[in-house]
Amino acid sequence: MNRVVSAGVVEIELPLRDEVIARLEMGEMCHLSGVIYTARDAAHKRMVEALELQEALPFDVQGEVVYYVGPTPPKPGAVIGSAGPTTSGRMDVYTPRILEAGLKGMIGKAGRSRPVVDAIVKYGCVYFAAVGGTAALLSRSIKKVEMIAYEDLGTEAIRKLWVERFPAVVAIDCHGNNIFEEGFKEYAAE
Amino acid sequence: MRVIDVAEVTAKIRDMAIESNYNVDPEYLAQIESAKASESSPLGRNILNQITENAELASAERVPYCQDTGLSVVFADVGQDVHFTGGSLESAINEGVRQGYRDGYLRGSVVNDPLRRENTKDNTPAVIHYRVVPGDHFVLYFAAKGTGSENMSMARMLKPSDGREGILRTVVEHVFESGGNPCPPILLGIGLGGSIEKAAQIAKWSLFRPLGRPNPDLLVADLEQDILKAVNRTGVGPMGMGGDTTCVAVHIETYPCHIGALPICINVECHAHRHAELEF
Ligand code: SF4
Repeated sequence: MNRVVSAGVVEIELPLRDEVIARLEMGEMCHLSGVIYTARDAAHKRMVEALELQEALPFDVQGEVVYYVGPTPPKPGAVIGSAGPTTSGRMDVYTPRILEAGLKGMIGKAGRSRPVVDAIVKYGCVYFAAVGGTAALLSRSIKKVEMIAYEDLGTEAIRKLWVERFPAVVAIDCHGNNIFEEGFKEYAAE
Repeated sequence: MRVIDVAEVTAKIRDMAIESNYNVDPEYLAQIESAKASESSPLGRNILNQITENAELASAERVPYCQDTGLSVVFADVGQDVHFTGGSLESAINEGVRQGYRDGYLRGSVVNDPLRRENTKDNTPAVIHYRVVPGDHFVLYFAAKGTGSENMSMARMLKPSDGREGILRTVVEHVFESGGNPCPPILLGIGLGGSIEKAAQIAKWSLFRPLGRPNPDLLVADLEQDILKAVNRTGVGPMGMGGDTTCVAVHIETYPCHIGALPICINVECHAHRHAELEF
């Protein structure tokens, strides 16, 4: 199975395949290329409500990756505005339900709750962290944008993004190793 | 008496909103630059590099440094001999925010009401603190305050017996628990004393201090240094993923308080440290 690692960075072609997820380890730097979808608080709320009502989701989440982001408005001629990750923890109440529905990956910033880590392990998923606040830099990896749902939510609408070599770190791998619980240990004094 | 037309206020606030969002505090970036040499985590160094690269790109291309272009917070020091013409000062400040966020392609991140939660789309209203000062000065301080870090802020009523040790422990535990949420490397603005709201207000105000300049009171400056060292021993590191660079500076402001109280407010600021000031 091909796993491309160049200059210490794992190059990942999306959608995520189970064999790829299985080999990702906490702390690995990656570049993601392919399609991802944006969603933050309000979109998650609507998606989970749709699942409860057994309605169709705005996109098929099977095997896909969601990016927690609410971009700035694009300047004239730009593909997208600045687009860095938002705090993932606010999505925690909705995430297990969406992973159950088939979503495989998430990109955000900072830690996740215990139920989310458990769901990541149960459904064989992966959580990536991008560097919060580096929104101008990250938007350079976004090559094309299509608005697909909940346009009334403005910055919180669901967009389909085509990304090339989007930089992110494996923060929680499919075995439940969690950099937000492990990372500090090596560097803490005392 | 000095007369100031509020239209001038609108124009200046507009510019401060745009410029601060495209160009974050250069002092902060200098701190991050120098932390690259001492950061022992390879991932941490990689993150610090991404942060400075992002800053260069945002300035060069004149785009927002962070997609959260913040809540607009304004401190207005108004001399008691100043007279404003042309309308309400408060409306003029909000109009400046409205124009800045529109013209600068900044994100409207404010909802009209904490329960109804409808986006006002133009980032208004700002949170404004007025302070009446002697003379005919008029100074405006503007901050675009990111919410990832604001959400990790807290106020607590400590006991006087908790003292210096209690303050230190409270801050360190709090930073550790906040982990990656406030986008470390962070700046800590701490308000000590006063009442619950005074502590919060001076904590916010401390963020406007030139980065890393110590409190003039040596006792307080000493505590700032001890907190900084202790916080950087937690191992939280850049983005909470482990490392030595958790915090770049600690600013403490104090105010007298009740014999029975020791209020503390910790206002956390992220590396998207966007602020501007202008004397009229
Ligand atoms: S905490 Fe600061 S740097 Fe992080 S996403 Fe929010 S505004 Fe940006």
